[in-house]
Amino acid sequence: MVATGSVVAPADKVAASSRHYRRSWAGWGFLAPFAVVFALVFLAPIAYSIYLSLFQDRLIGGNSFVGADNYKQALQDPAFWESVRRVALFLVVQVPIMLFLALLAALAIDGGRLYGASLFRIAIFLPYAVPAVVATLMWGFMYGSQFGLIGSINDSLGLSLPDPLGPKWVLASIGNIVTWEFVGYNMLIFYSALRVIPASLYEAAAIDGASEFRIIRAIKLPAIRGALVIATIFSIIGSFQLFNEPNILHYVAKNAINTQYTPNMYAYSLSFSGQQYNYSATIAIIMGLLTMVIAYTVQLRGMRKAL
Amino acid sequence: MATTTALRPKQRARAAHSFARPRRSPLLTALTGLILIYSLVPLAWLVINSTKSQESLLSSFGLWFGDGFSLFSNIKDTFTYNDGIFLRWFANTLLYVVVGAGGATILAVMGGYALAKFDFPGKKGVFAVVLGAVAVPGTALAVPTFLMFSKMGITDTPWAVIIPSLISPFGLYLMWTFATDATPTELMEAAKVDGASELRTFFQVCLPMLAPGIVTVLLFSMVATWNNYFLPLIMLKDPDWYPLTVGLNSWSQQALTAGGDVIFNLVITGSLLTILPLIAAFLLLQRFWQSGLSAGSVKE
Repeated sequence: MVATGSVVAPADKVAASSRHYRRSWAGWGFLAPFAVVFALVFLAPIAYSIYLSLFQDRLIGGNSFVGADNYKQALQDPAFWESVRRVALFLVVQVPIMLFLALLAALAIDGGRLYGASLFRIAIFLPYAVPAVVATLMWGFMYGSQFGLIGSINDSLGLSLPDPLGPKWVLASIGNIVTWEFVGYNMLIFYSALRVIPASLYEAAAIDGASEFRIIRAIKLPAIRGALVIATIFSIIGSFQLFNEPNILHYVAKNAINTQYTPNMYAYSLSFSGQQYNYSATIAIIMGLLTMVIAYTVQLRGMRKAL
Repeated sequence: MATTTALRPKQRARAAHSFARPRRSPLLTALTGLILIYSLVPLAWLVINSTKSQESLLSSFGLWFGDGFSLFSNIKDTFTYNDGIFLRWFANTLLYVVVGAGGATILAVMGGYALAKFDFPGKKGVFAVVLGAVAVPGTALAVPTFLMFSKMGITDTPWAVIIPSLISPFGLYLMWTFATDATPTELMEAAKVDGASELRTFFQVCLPMLAPGIVTVLLFSMVATWNNYFLPLIMLKDPDWYPLTVGLNSWSQQALTAGGDVIFNLVITGSLLTILPLIAAFLLLQRFWQSGLSAGSVKE
């Protein structure tokens, strides 16, 4: 038994090396430039953040080690939890809507039943090329009840639509901007995954007389599961890091968006207007951990279903 | 026009494989058309309103033209306002994009190639670390990066914006999946047998095959750098180093401060001018990046 085992092992290794080129350190040579800069702009700041989160800078006594004190303070901070609740709500509402629209568009374009499919593909993708700043300024103008679209519609139709920048609707308005920006991007990720499905699968389905919906459910969706998982993870990360849109809208909707609106805005205002670098770093670390846990859970669940 | 010609071979290949080409559906076209309209209306709004003067902006209907056509005077004012600071922002953005996105592409292509084609110690940890690091909020990095950079004395210089732009985790991921399929291992082995070094194999054998992926990564890192707002916002104090995004927002905010010059027409026209180059790049290069994203389709 042992002897056979050792005979099989090299064969396994040969099989493995035909997928990859060769086991060697040469790979590091190509990865090194990325790794060095990555260490400088990602790993070093993260390490520094962890360090900062364990200290406090007091007027009396200066910089001192406080252990988990900052973390205790953050976990009991209602402003922090409110901002977390807000992005969590944003996540469970906006991300599914966006990904669903993106998937619909990708399936429609890939299905070959559209007139002018290439126009659809490029036009729906275009908003991704618009900077978040421009998108937010633009939508902010349109939301405006003075000279925006909402104002125009109210005036000409005699309606009184609710103020999109009021406290009640502003989160939905932000969700709309983010959806607008990223539907096309996610559509493209799904679409490119759909394009690589081998035609032989469709032939088999056609022989079996499978309906369009059956093909989507049995072939297309399973085949693009990897893309769905990746898009979901990137969207989760994006939601938890929500900053640009609320930060820019904050100036036109001061009573609806405060400086602690999202965890990221809270951390930003703590350090750049409050000089509380230590507490700000603590908040950021907690959010990073939270995001990682959720992203990994999605990844593991997505992968397990694939097996 | 470029789209249809670029697509036709692929469609034909697919049609030859599948039994019948599906019939086109007006209903599905109309439904998907709703998403299309949603995507295009704000852009139409931007184009229409860039033709209005500040007064007409306030008095006319948002989705139609106002009295007079002020596009050209708006463009002229955008470029000349405040001693032509807009042009300076434009040049800054170009600098950040060329150096930052160009560098990011080189690093991502080499790194993705390494992950796809080599088996090396510690490889498994790399993706976990990269993904984990991406999950950390921008501010977690921004604040300590800002403190680190200010100790190094490079805040308020272009380097503070360029260096962090050099890392594109999405680009690395894309090149990884792309290079796995696009560069046949047999070909690399053959080059090796012929006595080519690793570098030579990379540059002469693999790089040409990676071209669609490279264009794709380049385009996406260009967008990321061009659109970057948060990083320059915290790193730069001097308006002379602002990129377009931070500059435009400062113009917009200026109207909201008491006594500030209200120049929403310039903000709108400036926004239009900011997005035009990127949209042009996407439209002109779509043959490359679309095949880059779906190049796996050759593998069947």
